[in-house]
Amino acid sequence: MKKMKLVLVGNGMAGVRTLEELLKLAPDLYDIAVFGSEPYPNYNRILLSPVLSGEQNVEQIILNDLQWYADHNIRLHLDKTVVEIDRVARVVKAADGTVEPYDRLLLATGSLPFMLPVPGKDLPGVIAYRDIKDTNEMIASAASHQHAVVIGGGLLGLEAANGLRVRGMKVTVVHLMDWLMERQLDPVASKLLQKNLEDRGIQFKLKTQTEALLPNADGTRVASIRFKDGDTIAADLVVMAAGIRPNTALAEAANIHCSRGIIVNDTMQTFDPLVYAVGECVNHRGSVYGLVAPLFEQAKVCANHLAEYGIARYSGSVTSTKLKVTGIDLFSAGEFMGGEGYEEITLSDPLAGVYKKLVVKNDLLVGVCMYGDTADGSWYFKLLREEKNIASMRDTLIFGESNIGDIGHEGHNKAAAMLDTDEVCGCNGVNKGKIVRAIKDQGLFTLEDVRKCTKASASCGSCTGLVEQILMNCLGTSYSETPKKKAMCACTDHSHDAVRTAIRENKYLEQAQIRSEMGWRTPSGCASCRPALNYYLISTWPHEAKDDPQSRFINERAHANIQKDGTYSVIPRMWGGLTNASELRRIADVADKFKVPTVKVTGGQRIDLLGIKKEDLPAVWKDLGMPSGHAYGKSIRTVKTCVGSEHCRFGTQLSMDMGVRLEKMLFGMYAPHKVKLAVSGCPRNCAEAGIKDVGVIGVDSGWEIYIAGNGGIKTEVAEFLCKLKTDDEVKEYSGAFIQLYREEGWYLERTVHFVQRVGMDYVKARILQDAAGRLALFERLLFALKDAPDPWKDFEAAGVDLKQFEAISLPQMN
Amino acid sequence: MITTEQWILVGKQADIPLLGARVVKGAVAGPIAIFKASDNTIFAVLDRCPHKGGPLSQGIVFGHTVTCPIHAWNINLASGCALEPDEGCARRFEVKCVAGEVFLRRDQLATM
Repeated sequence: MKKMKLVLVGNGMAGVRTLEELLKLAPDLYDIAVFGSEPYPNYNRILLSPVLSGEQNVEQIILNDLQWYADHNIRLHLDKTVVEIDRVARVVKAADGTVEPYDRLLLATGSLPFMLPVPGKDLPGVIAYRDIKDTNEMIASAASHQHAVVIGGGLLGLEAANGLRVRGMKVTVVHLMDWLMERQLDPVASKLLQKNLEDRGIQFKLKTQTEALLPNADGTRVASIRFKDGDTIAADLVVMAAGIRPNTALAEAANIHCSRGIIVNDTMQTFDPLVYAVGECVNHRGSVYGLVAPLFEQAKVCANHLAEYGIARYSGSVTSTKLKVTGIDLFSAGEFMGGEGYEEITLSDPLAGVYKKLVVKNDLLVGVCMYGDTADGSWYFKLLREEKNIASMRDTLIFGESNIGDIGHEGHNKAAAMLDTDEVCGCNGVNKGKIVRAIKDQGLFTLEDVRKCTKASASCGSCTGLVEQILMNCLGTSYSETPKKKAMCACTDHSHDAVRTAIRENKYLEQAQIRSEMGWRTPSGCASCRPALNYYLISTWPHEAKDDPQSRFINERAHANIQKDGTYSVIPRMWGGLTNASELRRIADVADKFKVPTVKVTGGQRIDLLGIKKEDLPAVWKDLGMPSGHAYGKSIRTVKTCVGSEHCRFGTQLSMDMGVRLEKMLFGMYAPHKVKLAVSGCPRNCAEAGIKDVGVIGVDSGWEIYIAGNGGIKTEVAEFLCKLKTDDEVKEYSGAFIQLYREEGWYLERTVHFVQRVGMDYVKARILQDAAGRLALFERLLFALKDAPDPWKDFEAAGVDLKQFEAISLPQMN
Repeated sequence: MITTEQWILVGKQADIPLLGARVVKGAVAGPIAIFKASDNTIFAVLDRCPHKGGPLSQGIVFGHTVTCPIHAWNINLASGCALEPDEGCARRFEVKCVAGEVFLRRDQLATM
C-alpha cells in the first residue's frame, strides 16, 4: 500500500517532538518530509542561554542529529523556508522551488521576535535573540564590542544580558514596566532578582521607553540608544527581547484561520482538517504557549491523531517559570500575583535572599512565586496542577515538604547545593553530575527520560524529588509533561481512577474486557498494568472476577519471596507474632531437612527461612504445617504486637489478643500494596504502632487508632484517627479504613500516599462521620475475605499452579 | 513425531501456561525457559537474565516480552535481547512445535 505523505513545516522542538511521538505509535504510516529554515537539525532552543554564556556549545544542544532523520527515512530540507501552501493541490512550496505534496500537513512555524518599530531598528548590531544565528552574532559582538543594551527585562532578555555580561560586555537592560519579569514575578521577588543582577554588574533602566537607535559616524553600525526621557547611552550591540509573536504568515496566506496564532481545536487540528499545528505558533482556547512542556503535551496529542488512534485531547496547560542564570534561583507558577479574593502566605528573609509567596484560593494552591530557595518548586507545582486540597497542611505549607525520602542520598534535599560527585540515587549509584550530563547531552526533558537513561530514581523512588529539582535547574522551565490525570502505564491514557470507576460501573470481570473496551494499545498489557488490573478486578468483584495468576508478580504466583539468586524465602504465619514449641520444632526440622542456609527473625516478628529452592516449596509448606505468612504479597503482612497487660507490668490492654484477632480477620487479604499493623498495650508503644498502616495503641480507657504511618523510604508518622472503647469497634473501624484503601487506593500506593492523596478529612468523613457507610465498608471487607484460602494448603481454591514447581528434565545429553 | 536425531521432545504445548513459562533442566548451557506468549507462540531462552542472571521463566509475560522478576529488565523473547535502555542478550534456542508437542534442538542443548 502506498504510504500517506506527511509534511512538517518547522524543524523545531515542537514539530520534531510530534514526529518522535508519531514514530513511536505508527512508525510506518507516513512518508515524512521536513522543512527547516535554519541550517541546523532540531536543537534544544531552551539551552541557547548556556551556549551564550559559554557553559555549552552548539553541538551539545543538538537533539536530533542528521543521522536520526536518515534512520527514519525522513526527507530533510534544511535552510529552506516554505513560502506557500496550496491547499487545493495539497502541496507546499519552498522559496528555492522545492515542492512536497502532502496528505497531512503539520505546521510548527514557531514564533518571531517582536522588533520595536523605532528608527534604527535595521542597523547592523541590532538583533533579536531567537536562534543559533543570533546567539553566534552575540558571541562575536562580545569579542569585539563593549556596550550592550538589552531591550526587554523578561526571561529571555535577562538570560541574554547575563550571557553577554559573562562574555565581558557592559550590559544595560531597558524595561518598559515597573519591575523585571512582571509576567513571572511579583515586585518583591523581582527586586531581589534585580539586586542580585546589579551585584553582578548589570545595569537597569526601568519604566523606560526607547525612542531611537542611533548609528555611528559612518553609519555602519548602531552606536547608541536614545530614550523617551532624553537620556542617551552607548550601545554597539542592541538585543531586542521585548516579546515574541506567533509566526502565522504562512498559514494566513493559505487562508487558515488565525487570530493571535493559528487557531487549533483540542486535537490540534486547524480549520482545515488535513492541517495540524503545534507549538508556539498556535492559539489553543485563547492561550499561546512559549514553554517546552505544553508544546510537548500538544505534540503527544497531535501524534495520537496523526497515528489515527483518535483518543487524545489537549485541554491546555498550567505553566511554570525558572530563570536559567547560574546562581539565581527563582520559580513561579500560576496566579502568583494574588490580590483581592486571594489569600497569600509569605515568608521573607531579605538578608538571606529568600522569599516565598504562596497564593491560595478556596483551599487550593493557585500560585507560587519564590526567590532564593526553590527546592520545593516542583512540589508546589504538583499541588497546583493536581488541584490538591491544602487545607490540612496549610500551617506548614510555606516550609515546603519536598517529596524526598529520608534515606539513600546522604540526607540531601536541595539539589542545587549538591556537588556533581554527590550521590543522588543510592539504589543505582547515580551521582548528580551523571544526571546533569545525561539531561544536557542526550536532550532529556522528563522524569521518565531520566529514569530510562540513567536509572536514577528508577528503583525505590526515594530520590524522585531531587531528580525533579535537577531537571528543573537544568531545563529552567517546567520540564514535566505529566498531565493532571496520570496514565496507568504506556499501554493506555486512562488513569487508575478512570479504570477503577469503569470496572465498578460496567461490572467488568475480565482484563480482556477492560483492554478492549477502554482502548488499550497492547493486546496483553504490560508488567505494570496487568497486576494492577488483576487486583482491581478481584478487589471490586470478590468471588466473581477470576484471579489471573499470570498477571501476578512471581512472589504471588509461587507464594514465596524470590531472592537475588532465584531461590525463595519462606515465612510461615505466626498470628500476632506468637508461636510455640511445636511450631519452632517443625521450623527447626525444616531447616535441617532442606539444608536452609539462613534462618532469620524479621522486622514483623516472624521467622524467615531463606534460600529455599522453588521445587522444594510445596514440601516445605507441608512439613511446616503452618499457614502462609503472605510475606511476599501486596497483602496483609503482619500484625506486630507487644506483650501487653497479659504479662507486662505497664500494660493496660491485651495487645497480643487484639493483634491475633485483627490478623485472623484480615487473613488472605490482598490490597494495593502491603499492609502492616501493630498493636501496643500502652502508650510506651513497644510495637511501634506509629509507623504502621494501622496502629492500635491501648490506653486505660480503650484503644487509640492511628492510620497511614510508614517506616520505609520516608518515615511517616501515623495520624490519629479516633479513640474507641471495645475490641469489636477496633475491628470495625480499622477494617473499614483498610477496605476504603482497598476500594479506592491505586495499585502500589501505600496507605500513607493514599491518605495524602485523598486527604485525612475525606477519610474521617467516610469512617467517623458516616456510621452506615463505615459498617457497609466493614461488611464488604468481611465478604471479600470470606473463606479466604490458605495458598500453602488449599492449592485449588487459591489457584496455585503446582506444575510450576516441577522442572522438565531432559533425557541424558550426549 | 517423536524425538529424533535432531530434535528432542520436551513437553506438551498445553502444559505451558498461557503468558507463562516452564523450565527445562539438563541442557549443557543451563536451565532453559520455555514461554507461551499471548498469541500461543512458543519461545525458548536461557533462563538467565543478561543483567544479573535472574530466572526469566518467573517473569510476567506480555506481547513477546518477559519482565525479569529480579530487577525488571524487559527481554524480547524472540531475540533473547534486553529492550532499551538496557543492553545484553540471553541465549535463545530454536523451538519446533508439532501436533501440540514442543521440541528443542539436540545440538543446541548439547553445546555451551
